[in-house]
Amino acid sequence: MAAEKLNPVRNLEGYVGFANVPNQVYRKAVKHGFEFSLMVVGESGLGKSTLLNSLFLTDVYSAEYPGPSLRSKKTVQIQQTRVLLREGGVHLLLTVIDTPGFGDAINNADCWKPVVEFVESRFEEHLNAESRVNRRPLRDTRVHCCLYFLAPTGHGLKAIDIEFMKQLHERVNIIPLVAKADTMTVEECRQFKKQVLKDIQENEIHIYDFPEVDNEEDSKQTKKARASMPLAVMGSNVLVDSNGRKVRARVYPWGLAEVENSEHCDFSVLRDLLLRCHLQDLKDVTNTVHYENFRAQCLAGLAGPADGTRPRSSLGRSPLEQMESERHEQEGRLQRMEAEMDAVFAAKVQEKMQKLRSSEADLVKRQESMMNTLEVQRRDLEQRRRQFEEERQSLEAHILQLEQQANTGLRTLERNKKKNKIF
Amino acid sequence: MAATMLARQRNEDIRSLSLAGHVGFDSLPDQLVNKSIAQGFCFNILCIGETGIGKSTLMDTLFNTSFENDPASHYETGVRLKAQTYELQESNVRLKLTVVDTVGFGDQINKDDSYRPIVEYIDAQFEVFLQEELKIRRVLHEYHDTRLHACLYFITPTGHSLKSLDLVTMKKLDSKVNIIPVIAKADTISKSELHKFKIKIMSELVSNGVQIYQFPTDDETVAEINATMNGHLPFAVVGSTEETKVGNKMVKARQYPWGTVQVENENHCDFVKLREMLIRVNMEDLREQTHARHYELYRRCKLEEMGFQDTDPDSKPFSLQETYEAKRNEHLGELQRKEEEMRQMFVQRVKEKEAELKEAEKELHEKFEKLKRHHQEDKRKLEETRANLDDEMSIFHKRKAAAQMLQQGGQASAPPTLKKDKDKKNFL
Repeated sequence: MAAEKLNPVRNLEGYVGFANVPNQVYRKAVKHGFEFSLMVVGESGLGKSTLLNSLFLTDVYSAEYPGPSLRSKKTVQIQQTRVLLREGGVHLLLTVIDTPGFGDAINNADCWKPVVEFVESRFEEHLNAESRVNRRPLRDTRVHCCLYFLAPTGHGLKAIDIEFMKQLHERVNIIPLVAKADTMTVEECRQFKKQVLKDIQENEIHIYDFPEVDNEEDSKQTKKARASMPLAVMGSNVLVDSNGRKVRARVYPWGLAEVENSEHCDFSVLRDLLLRCHLQDLKDVTNTVHYENFRAQCLAGLAGPADGTRPRSSLGRSPLEQMESERHEQEGRLQRMEAEMDAVFAAKVQEKMQKLRSSEADLVKRQESMMNTLEVQRRDLEQRRRQFEEERQSLEAHILQLEQQANTGLRTLERNKKKNKIF
Repeated sequence: MAATMLARQRNEDIRSLSLAGHVGFDSLPDQLVNKSIAQGFCFNILCIGETGIGKSTLMDTLFNTSFENDPASHYETGVRLKAQTYELQESNVRLKLTVVDTVGFGDQINKDDSYRPIVEYIDAQFEVFLQEELKIRRVLHEYHDTRLHACLYFITPTGHSLKSLDLVTMKKLDSKVNIIPVIAKADTISKSELHKFKIKIMSELVSNGVQIYQFPTDDETVAEINATMNGHLPFAVVGSTEETKVGNKMVKARQYPWGTVQVENENHCDFVKLREMLIRVNMEDLREQTHARHYELYRRCKLEEMGFQDTDPDSKPFSLQETYEAKRNEHLGELQRKEEEMRQMFVQRVKEKEAELKEAEKELHEKFEKLKRHHQEDKRKLEETRANLDDEMSIFHKRKAAAQMLQQGGQASAPPTLKKDKDKKNFL
């Protein structure tokens, strides 16, 4: 693609129409419907079910579907309740995940484990669905938010609170709530909140931070909300008459603690922040931060060798690429090995042939020298024979001469004998 | 869809509850919209058409701005794609628009491979996205999507039918991008001809199995208008950036001696319809279709090519971990096998070569042995000859000695020696 021109944003000379795209997005979103998974964690009896019912203004938990405190078992369970809510044409499929038995045993070691496992199993399910070859439209079943209920001791975080939050703050958006806010005075509440925040900071726990908003009105609200973190809440299933209106409230002999009165507790702040302003943001943070962290961890474990040694640069690539490059590397290694073996082989063969040739040359040389010696001897012999023949011939001639002489002498003698009658 | 949600609710154990008051989650769509406005939108259009058919002018007219394009020459040796990105803003909505132009399309004498650079470009954008999606550390929410969301195919207004180049190209592209065919320079066709032309084009597309983009009719709010528009395809458009005064307004138009063609007049051409459909009503759907259909198809093919499957032969679904493990083990196994094979081959070669060399050595020794034997033979013969010679020579010497003695004796007394001579003669 050509390099992007960093044009200043152009203003158009007339109507084009893409300002309507947000409406298209709106339309499609409503058609599609929304999903949200909310987890509530806390000891029994802190008012979790009541708060949920108050939050959604409906009977999420009722006599038929009792809340977690009434279902407490020996070990921590993870259970889901799914409800479909409709408001203003918007469909919301709400999944409420609760943990009956959390913090109720005498020994609560590892009570956070089932929760962590559950959250990770949801991530894993999503990862698998996302990584299939044939993908179907994904349903988002990941846990988007965890409301963590703190018991209003007035002193600070308990060990179990710290442990739980430390285990989950990198996996889920945690919103800590001070439960049963109606048991503390305003001052006690303020102190408690301060202490809790201090404890959170000291333990380096990352709780969900409501983001900045663009428009003014929400911005003021958000600022106010952040100043009163953690939110102190209470809930009520009971509607009471107050000044002619029906309000949710808790009836005490000494007065009426109204749930939705912001001077009495932070419930309405919670509802505004959670549902009216930042529900989508909770989902986005889960998707872009927590899920991506999980995925990166998971895939980093898959791509490289099991011994865990891996260069940092590999994180920028997909495990597929990683495997491909590993394979190339190994194939290269194989090829090099083959070439090496080839070279060694050729060298050895060369050596052997060299030896063979040299021994052959050697033998040939020896052979030649032997033949030469023999040849010399032969010539020598020839020469002697020739000499000998010459001598013999001369001797023969000489003998012949002598014989002739002898013969003539004899004849002469015989003649003489005949003539002289010599004895 | 909310409808499917209701269906799910019936099938699964989901209670439907009614609310006792205003909770406030009906702002969810607004939250979503606000987020997407803050992020900004991006849209990528591909314009395919012959040189001079009016692609750049139409883009300028559609987006009401001049995109500063130099007109291309007719002498390009091949088709190449030129992409340019612009940032546009309308009220509070920012749009990152990328217009990809096919330079040189239809200009060559041999147009067999004209479609290839286009297909390669589209695939390349899918590939980049796929790689990003597969990375370990990825930033998808900030990723600048370069995949092509819509393809405007400009048809030459011959008035008769589609050219074979058009059919071939569209057939190659219909599974990769949303194709919206448009009839260019519609002001050269009369109304009746246009009607016939449109019918002919649509029937040719259908009979050749080309799947063009259909405006979606499943959302009640826009179903009706989309359905009507589907019937007007392909849109006959005219583009112009020049303005002329008509009545008391300045409008975009083309002036001819016989009249003025107003671009935004629905009686004159379908420009407004195109703008409505492409931008105002279905831009989001085009993006969605690209992601959900065309990209998924590409991804599926690519992954299958690389050997990934969803389930093993026992039809148990793999988890991601298992898939990668299986793949890796497969690779390792194969490599080990290759290594083993190579080793075996080498062992074999060494054995063979060794045997060869041994043979050669043996032959050499044999040869030498033979030569040695000959040599011994020769030597022996020579020895024999020498012995003979020596014998003869010794006899000869004796004779010589005797002859000499005879000679001496003969001179002293001839007759007595005669007898001796005779004896000697006999002796000789």
